[in-house]
Amino acid sequence: MRIEIDALSVRYRSHLALDTVSLSAHPGEVLGVIGPNGSGKSTLLKAIAGVAAASGSIRFDGMSKRPAVIGYMPQGIEAKAALSVLEVVLLGRLGRLGLRVSRTDLEAASTILDEIGIAALAGRDIGALSGGQRQLVFLAQALAASPSILILDEPLSALDIRHQLEISALVRRLTAERALTTLIVLHDLPCAARLADRIAILREGRLVAVGTVADVLTAANVRAAFDVEASIGQDETGLPVVQSLRLS
Amino acid sequence: MTAVPGMTTADALTATYRGVQARRIAVLGAALATLVLSFLVDVATGPAMLSLGKVAGSVFGLTEDRTVDAIVWNIRLPVAVMAVLVGACLGLSGVIMQTILNNPLASSYTLGVSAGAGFGAGLVILFGSAIPLPEAYAIPLNAFLFAALACAGVYSIGRTRGATPEMLVLAGIAMLFLFQAGLALLQFIASPEALQSIVFWLFGSLQKATWPKAVIIAAVLLAMVPVLMHDLWRLTALKLGDERATGLGIAVGPLRLRAFVVISVLTGVAVAFVGTIGFIGLVAPHVARIFLGEDQRALLPGAALFGALTLSLASVASKTLLPGAIFPIGIVTALIGVPFFIWLIARSRRAYW
Ligand SMILES: Nc1ncnc2c1ncn2[C@@H]1O[C@H](COP(=O)(O)OP(=O)(O)O)[C@@H](O)[C@H]1O
Ligand SMILES: [Mg+2]
Repeated sequence: MRIEIDALSVRYRSHLALDTVSLSAHPGEVLGVIGPNGSGKSTLLKAIAGVAAASGSIRFDGMSKRPAVIGYMPQGIEAKAALSVLEVVLLGRLGRLGLRVSRTDLEAASTILDEIGIAALAGRDIGALSGGQRQLVFLAQALAASPSILILDEPLSALDIRHQLEISALVRRLTAERALTTLIVLHDLPCAARLADRIAILREGRLVAVGTVADVLTAANVRAAFDVEASIGQDETGLPVVQSLRLS
Repeated sequence: MTAVPGMTTADALTATYRGVQARRIAVLGAALATLVLSFLVDVATGPAMLSLGKVAGSVFGLTEDRTVDAIVWNIRLPVAVMAVLVGACLGLSGVIMQTILNNPLASSYTLGVSAGAGFGAGLVILFGSAIPLPEAYAIPLNAFLFAALACAGVYSIGRTRGATPEMLVLAGIAMLFLFQAGLALLQFIASPEALQSIVFWLFGSLQKATWPKAVIIAAVLLAMVPVLMHDLWRLTALKLGDERATGLGIAVGPLRLRAFVVISVLTGVAVAFVGTIGFIGLVAPHVARIFLGEDQRALLPGAALFGALTLSLASVASKTLLPGAIFPIGIVTALIGVPFFIWLIARSRRAYW
């Protein structure tokens, strides 16, 4: 599903967290969102997911009506609930759950638990997991209803390097296979370079640049967004590789 | 989960899940069976020391003894039925409150709803009723109205900052202090007789139970069932936080408001007729959560059953602690309930409740 955002602004009381941002995201493509702390990345994702009130326009395949199912994974990974991992993942299918949980729902949940590699955690209490494990569970929840839009706010932040690689690959594969429109906030530039097809850079609520990874991930843009000197090279396929970072 | 050859993850998961559900149904069944037992014991005990045979004969209409009939049908049965119904209302409203406020300390007692009811009752005891209504109904009506007022107060104060759980809890504690001060004022200016009535009302008592009152509570309880059925999954999802719930397509504000109305009606009607029995709304939800988890399909009926069971057992205890006398039920509930509660949460292995 194509998402077109035009002049999107979000105001928290007096603070303008997102300032007339316009961009679009396309099926089969991972759009990475990067920027310094407090630059409005989470706010942008919340506005698209319908969690934060925004002005401006967001269109989904040209319609202003938001699809019923969006796979949204907020940044926070705390969970204060006496629910099992399986129950949390099933809640991702909220609109479809009947009074009795059907075999279809359980199959969908088990497929996604398998894909993420956490089927062994299914019976555990969500509160008794490590932060990284919870992050994987919430990713599973976001995917449980087979959404066509996937909105992930820092989904790798608590993961070990092996899981970062695995989940990056999974998100890329699902996005391609199911033609998902995927938006993903990342704070790690090398991760973003590997995972995203296109990148949007935010600073103080404004869009600094948006485009393909090769076009946008440049030393000039990194300096403009983060005030950091980056040395960026190319790998054998021509994709940018962040070689070193230092304060300017 | 151990992999069994020839069994897919979906099969294993389904089996595990169905097993958990079956265990929950068994817990609910056991609670129900214990409740039935406690109800029967409640009917069979009392200061009149009737024999079991006589009580049973009267219940099944097999006796001609007028006094036995009068005791059983006019006192014991209404008391036993009200204990069950009021306990269910308090357990249910307590668990919904804890869920929507995401706070294990929330209950109608800790958030001022019971204090509001007490203040309403105190007003009528002291100044009489504005509308011509027998006192047996004027006091409950006003208690109900003030319980609703306290709820409305909590919600409208909480709303000023977006009705977040923290704001609502703060507003509830403010209401608690406000109505407690009001109640203290009433007690300060009351005559000795009125003061005694107020204090007695605050203890909580099942002894004024009648069939019409029981029917009213039952009707209210039943009316809330479809409302709650509609929101079972949404309430479960709300436990994961407002942002996640909104992302799942839940209109969190209206859901909380609906739940608040249910809470105020349930607490109001329960407290109105029997006075403030504080402890059940806090404890029954915890007991239910420890045994059943937080899938509201099991938790809500569980909290209602454990609430009913607690008050029914307390009713039995209030009649048996001192032969020939009846202890105020609110005091009994707390005296027996608190040690049990502490023992239970101390040995609970849940990471969170
Ligand atoms: N609920 C809120 N109320 C007030 N200000 C907020 C709120 N959420 C975020 N902000 C502010 O909006 C700006 C953008 O926040 P956010 O989108 O969370 O940044 P990030 O890019 O780190 O995800 C920050 O300055 C933050 O302080
Ligand atoms: Mg953020």
